[in-house]
Amino acid sequence: MPTIKSLDDLKRIREEALAKRKAKTTSGQVQITVAMGTCGIAAGARDTMKAILETIAEKNLEGIIVTQTGCIGLCEREPIVQITVGDQPKVTYGKVTPEVARRILEEHVLKGQVVQDHVVPL
Amino acid sequence: MKMIRSMVLVSGDSLSLERGAEQVLQALQNEIQAFGLSDEVSVMMIGDVGRHDALPMVIVYPEAAVYGPVRPEDVHYLVEEHLYKGRIANDLLAPVRELSGRIAWVAARKGTLPAEQRIVLRRVGLINPDDIEEYILHDGYTALGKVLTEMTPNEVIEEIKKSGLRGRGGAGFPTGAKWSFVAREKSAKKYIICNADESEPGTFKDRIILEGDPHSIIEAMAIAGYAVGADEGYIYVRGEYLLAQERLRRAIEQAREMGFLGKNIFGTDFSFDIHIHTGAGAYICGEETALIESIEGKRGQPRSRPPFPTTYGLWGKPTVVNNVETLANVPPIVLNGADWYRRFGTPSSPGTKVYTILGNVNVTGVIEVPMGITLREVINIYAKGMKGGAAFKLAQTGGSSGSLIPASLQDTPMDFDSYAKAGVALGSGALLICDENTCVVDLVKVLMNFFRKESCGKCNPCRIGTQRAYEIMCAIAEGRGKMEDLDQLLWLSENMYLLSNCGLGQTAGTPIKDMLKHFRAEVEAHIALHVCPTGVCKIKAFA
Ligand SMILES: Cc1cc2nc3c(=O)[nH]c(=O)nc-3n(C[C@H](O)[C@H](O)[C@H](O)COP(=O)(O)O)c2cc1C
Ligand code: SF4
Repeated sequence: MPTIKSLDDLKRIREEALAKRKAKTTSGQVQITVAMGTCGIAAGARDTMKAILETIAEKNLEGIIVTQTGCIGLCEREPIVQITVGDQPKVTYGKVTPEVARRILEEHVLKGQVVQDHVVPL
Repeated sequence: MKMIRSMVLVSGDSLSLERGAEQVLQALQNEIQAFGLSDEVSVMMIGDVGRHDALPMVIVYPEAAVYGPVRPEDVHYLVEEHLYKGRIANDLLAPVRELSGRIAWVAARKGTLPAEQRIVLRRVGLINPDDIEEYILHDGYTALGKVLTEMTPNEVIEEIKKSGLRGRGGAGFPTGAKWSFVAREKSAKKYIICNADESEPGTFKDRIILEGDPHSIIEAMAIAGYAVGADEGYIYVRGEYLLAQERLRRAIEQAREMGFLGKNIFGTDFSFDIHIHTGAGAYICGEETALIESIEGKRGQPRSRPPFPTTYGLWGKPTVVNNVETLANVPPIVLNGADWYRRFGTPSSPGTKVYTILGNVNVTGVIEVPMGITLREVINIYAKGMKGGAAFKLAQTGGSSGSLIPASLQDTPMDFDSYAKAGVALGSGALLICDENTCVVDLVKVLMNFFRKESCGKCNPCRIGTQRAYEIMCAIAEGRGKMEDLDQLLWLSENMYLLSNCGLGQTAGTPIKDMLKHFRAEVEAHIALHVCPTGVCKIKAFA
């Protein structure tokens, strides 16, 4: 990692990160974010994460980034998974068990059909 | 199922009543029914709304549109426009005015209330906490860079003072003042401590911040270090917060690698580094002087004060102790300025507050809202009402050492001063909402059990007082109580308040006082009639 020695260094790093992210969204890349705070993990987010990674491996899916984030404040709906496809708006899913995660990959990520019954309206 | 999407409040102070508020309420109920909106819109009359220039007023949430003065004949149009068609009825709006207190934040939002106002939590749930690049992408470390290259330490302190930021650890002490006390000490060594012990039952706001945005605390501590002249910091993390500890460790490593911690940060001669210290499960170690003792490797017992940590803190050196949420407010204030910050919240308690909502409500979880919002708004808007339509009985604020808030205080703005004026405490941000099926005797018994176990035992009033209070509460709950016990309880809580060495003993009696002030009849029923009105306490029939 580069060492920051001035505000300009910081700005450069930020611009690079921004460019990287732009490249991701314009190429239609899929980003899957699993909320992994303690509440999420307690509700089974690790199993959900595992199911997502396994399904991606099983089906040899490419161009998908899986990341984690903290609690978004809806502890009751955990595990929460957010999907962004390219530059489309982010879709937030609640109560995503491993089975639901597989369905989301199958229907939303592969076929572009949002799994309505698990969407959390924000 | 009823799904309330809008809440309509009618001002019900004496002047409003004189000017026909009752008729307006009646008209609202009729019109809402006529438009078939009864299942989606709730209407209620509240007390004083905090301004008296356009009464009676009608306030509609979630938009927080303030209408006034509203006459009964305006109501049809108002309901049709706002509630049926979903447009603000502009010509009925009350004049926009600088407000104070209760609906000040309405002005701050220029008449609209967003889902929430996130300052502290703006990155939580959005970024990957393990990736410093994402933090930087969302303005991370810019405030530190600005402070180190463009501001003097004194300017930083002045900005924090001007922002009016007050400590979120429970007591609401002005942060800028605290920093200036440490800054003026002439000592070569000073410390910054982040209090992340968070052991109040039901409070988990700090954990959400640490797990979701660990770098923000690192950045804030470095800024505090620069402002007061400290080069070393400690984060005292609650022992059970394993995930938070893991993420903080990783964040500190990354920050060191990129030069945000260590020597000559941003090419200046400022150096700062942070250690993590984990607690071992004692509630009292959240008290700042006990926390310092614990870091020093001693038994976690509060010190006598003065001297305060700002002059004699960790290893005898001047030390800033700040709560996680307090610190998380610092980078945005530095970045956007004190004036920006003062746009949120109330004049005496600017900014937002993170609350954890628990109990008998439909939606529990975490929210960040402007200071000055009321309990009724929290329950109806963010918690989507009481579970199963039960009636609200009381709320317990701030874990165990807060207050019992009865229904009569539901419309008091939640900020430090308004609550203090009403004789209650805001505490650390947990809101335990209890419905009518909660027995207040049982609740207070549980709280006393907590205090008696967590008392460190250093001073008699607290060590013995909490134990005695618990025994008496048990007796009342089992139907063995006597009327004299109530005087004994009050005597105990008064003496604990006056004679205890630290906040634990001083506040342990608060729930008792609140219970006897607001729910005395219920307690007396346990004693005199041997019945628990809610049926929670198992009282054996008279032998
Ligand atoms: C018994 C007791 C427990 C406390 N626990 C905490 C805690 O868990 N976290 C916290 O930030 N402050 C706690 N405090 C308050 C701290 O002593 C101190 O006031 C606070 O950390 C100061 O930070 P602030 O000015 O940013 O609020 C506790 C106080 C008492 C008396
Ligand atoms: S008041 Fe209670 S917790 Fe505080 S020092 Fe005294 S015994 Fe310990």
